[in-house]
Amino acid sequence: MLTAEGVSKAFGGVRALSDVDFRVAPGEIHALVGENGAGKSTLIRILSGATAPDTGSVHLDSVAIPAGNPAATRRLGVSSVHQEFTLVPALSVADNIFLGRERGWLLRRREMNARVREVLAELGLQISTASLVQDLSVAQQQLVEIARALVDDARVLILDEPTAALADPEIERLFIVLRRLSAQGLAIVYISHRLEEIFSIANRITILRDGRTVGSWPANAVTRADLIRHMVGRTLSEEYPPRTTAPGRTILELDRVGAPPRFMDASLRVGAGEIVGLAGLVGAGRTSLGLAIVGALRSSGTVRLNGVPVRFDSPSAAIRAGLAYVTEDRKRLGLFAQMDTAANITVTFLRAFARHGWLLSSMERLAAEAAVHDYDVRGAGLHQPAANLSGGNQQKLILARYLLKPRSVIVLDEPTRGVDVGARAEIYRIINRLTDEGLGVLMISSDLNEILGMSDRVVVMRNGRTVGELPRCDASAERVMTLATGTAA
Amino acid sequence: MKRAPGLGYAIFVALLLECVLLSLATDAFFTSANLGNVIRQNAFTAILAAGMTFVILTAGIDLSVGSVVGLAGMVCASVMVQGSGVVLGVLCGIGIGTATGMLNGAAITTLRVPPFVVTLATMLIVRGAAYKLTDARTISGLPTSFGALSSGIASATLMLAIFVVSWLLLVRTPFGRHVYAVGGNVEAAWLSGVRVAWIQFAVYTLSGLAAGIAGVLVASRLNAGYPRAGEFYELDAIAAVVVGGTSLFGGRGSIWGTLAGAFFIGVLNNGLNLFRVSPYDQLIVKGAVLLAAASLDRWRRG
Repeated sequence: MLTAEGVSKAFGGVRALSDVDFRVAPGEIHALVGENGAGKSTLIRILSGATAPDTGSVHLDSVAIPAGNPAATRRLGVSSVHQEFTLVPALSVADNIFLGRERGWLLRRREMNARVREVLAELGLQISTASLVQDLSVAQQQLVEIARALVDDARVLILDEPTAALADPEIERLFIVLRRLSAQGLAIVYISHRLEEIFSIANRITILRDGRTVGSWPANAVTRADLIRHMVGRTLSEEYPPRTTAPGRTILELDRVGAPPRFMDASLRVGAGEIVGLAGLVGAGRTSLGLAIVGALRSSGTVRLNGVPVRFDSPSAAIRAGLAYVTEDRKRLGLFAQMDTAANITVTFLRAFARHGWLLSSMERLAAEAAVHDYDVRGAGLHQPAANLSGGNQQKLILARYLLKPRSVIVLDEPTRGVDVGARAEIYRIINRLTDEGLGVLMISSDLNEILGMSDRVVVMRNGRTVGELPRCDASAERVMTLATGTAA
Repeated sequence: MKRAPGLGYAIFVALLLECVLLSLATDAFFTSANLGNVIRQNAFTAILAAGMTFVILTAGIDLSVGSVVGLAGMVCASVMVQGSGVVLGVLCGIGIGTATGMLNGAAITTLRVPPFVVTLATMLIVRGAAYKLTDARTISGLPTSFGALSSGIASATLMLAIFVVSWLLLVRTPFGRHVYAVGGNVEAAWLSGVRVAWIQFAVYTLSGLAAGIAGVLVASRLNAGYPRAGEFYELDAIAAVVVGGTSLFGGRGSIWGTLAGAFFIGVLNNGLNLFRVSPYDQLIVKGAVLLAAASLDRWRRG
């Protein structure tokens, strides 16, 4: 039995987990569900020994998990399979399975192959031990990952979104294998966004919300509606400032825009002063759509700006036309870690602070100072590296960068991901202030509360297509989730 | 943009220390004749390194500059021996360098082949062209006025002017800021509306321009067009930039660091010569110093 008791963890002042209890018994398939940011990934990192909790403990039977040492935890019998595969494409199945598990100086191929054949048979996987991983299907690769855990004689298997890349028949096959393994006494922790899957595979469900355990029930004791209600939880009225803007004429209009295979067919419109929430599951194609709107991704279909068809071949062209895209991945696609706060703000509209090609430092400085004030960027001086800022302040800095000159439409991709509650409220106030001034906002969010609390209208994407639209008065967690998952509630 | 705390100062201290130590150790170092010599000998490398700084700040590399020095000198010399005059010769030399740089920039941005490979290819092609121009014969008999270009005063002035202009470009123009942005985070720069391809094209063009100027200077100093001129200069230039504190990963560094880096290596060479260290030992010492400088830099940043 793997038991976590009173586990808490904070990252730089942001609480990811508070006093969480979790246990999984042999033969149990235990689903861990919750919205993005609820603390699922932190909890599984702690269970698998990758992260040490601030307080609390994790035990396998009576042995404490060596916190901060995933390799030792794995040897103890707790294996995890992450969303991103850790296989080496150019190596064989057997070499991959034994990677990092080789004993001695020489590879004992015969022994290795025998063990691998055994495990593959157990998984019902009919491939040769010598096949290269790059020649396997995604589903087969997923099973090879699981085979690796079995070679370790795992007693607990943690699966993080194992079906994210699988098609329906492959999911069925995976489930058959998982049920057999659990019948043999393996304890399985199963994380998935897809609620219908959870009901078909799990025999126990634990819900996390805002870093706390909401509850833990046998799967047959809760309904889908209960689950959504518990995941979404708190009442909306408090956290989100009231919206008073009446949406004006349509500014941005997408007609059957597609960029296969990332997304196929998206149609929507955004009016002046309007917040359109773009909801959907992870992988539905929302970020790619955002990128396509600003010319960062080549797409087909028609985009109209103020009624005129436009086609941007680069973000630079879209920015000149009055659009902007604010990334969900601040570290990789947003920040210039080596540049100071001021330079990070002015980079997009730098030419506005130049005369005859020369930068006017005082003018640039004044603009940066004003932006820091307007967008309430706190925690670092203008000449300190932007990398020192907290997540919320980095987000406000990037908003300030793109809004340094008036925009007509802005795409916000997960505007409050990794942002603490206080800064969240400030960002919402900033967004409302901007829409009061007539800015149209397309807000991509996986946080259902945020979608429902902020949007004037909700558009839902599923599998690369926009599948429905709900005005604010008709939008509810159940209706959005039903559209996003494509199943009846 | 301000430099990160502590960045780039080490090399100035090291250069100063090196000069003080050599002045104390030998009377032959701190003389106007010797210092003039040091400047004349290292002006080419420093000019190449100025162009290279732009490229490396974008996280790129330009391996073709040594070959461009050879070709630019050959073109310059052949125009002059045909009697077209010094000015036209110099312009043609600089022009061919700039054109090569534009070619590098165009290939890197349109073919999407890594800069290392593109400039490795042009390094070979351009050297081949330099040989082919005269079937590998040296072009001599250049006008005497051409030699004046590489006098101590002239090359020092030219070099300083190039560094001042580079500094102004990097620190006082939107272009320079965008160079740092592209090197610091190319994807963020693109999404922020920086015209990344144009910036990349421009830095390789500037590097080619610098190599063209250096090529003309080398030809002037040799008073000949020599097809093998500039061999391995690309490595000297890269060494100067790296010793000067600019990160090979881009986004961090300064043009004055490069100047100090070039002269740190130049003065080191000079000191080793003054002490009559054998050429073989010199190579070993230079290699060790380069490694030490690079690892010190790494260590300082953690």
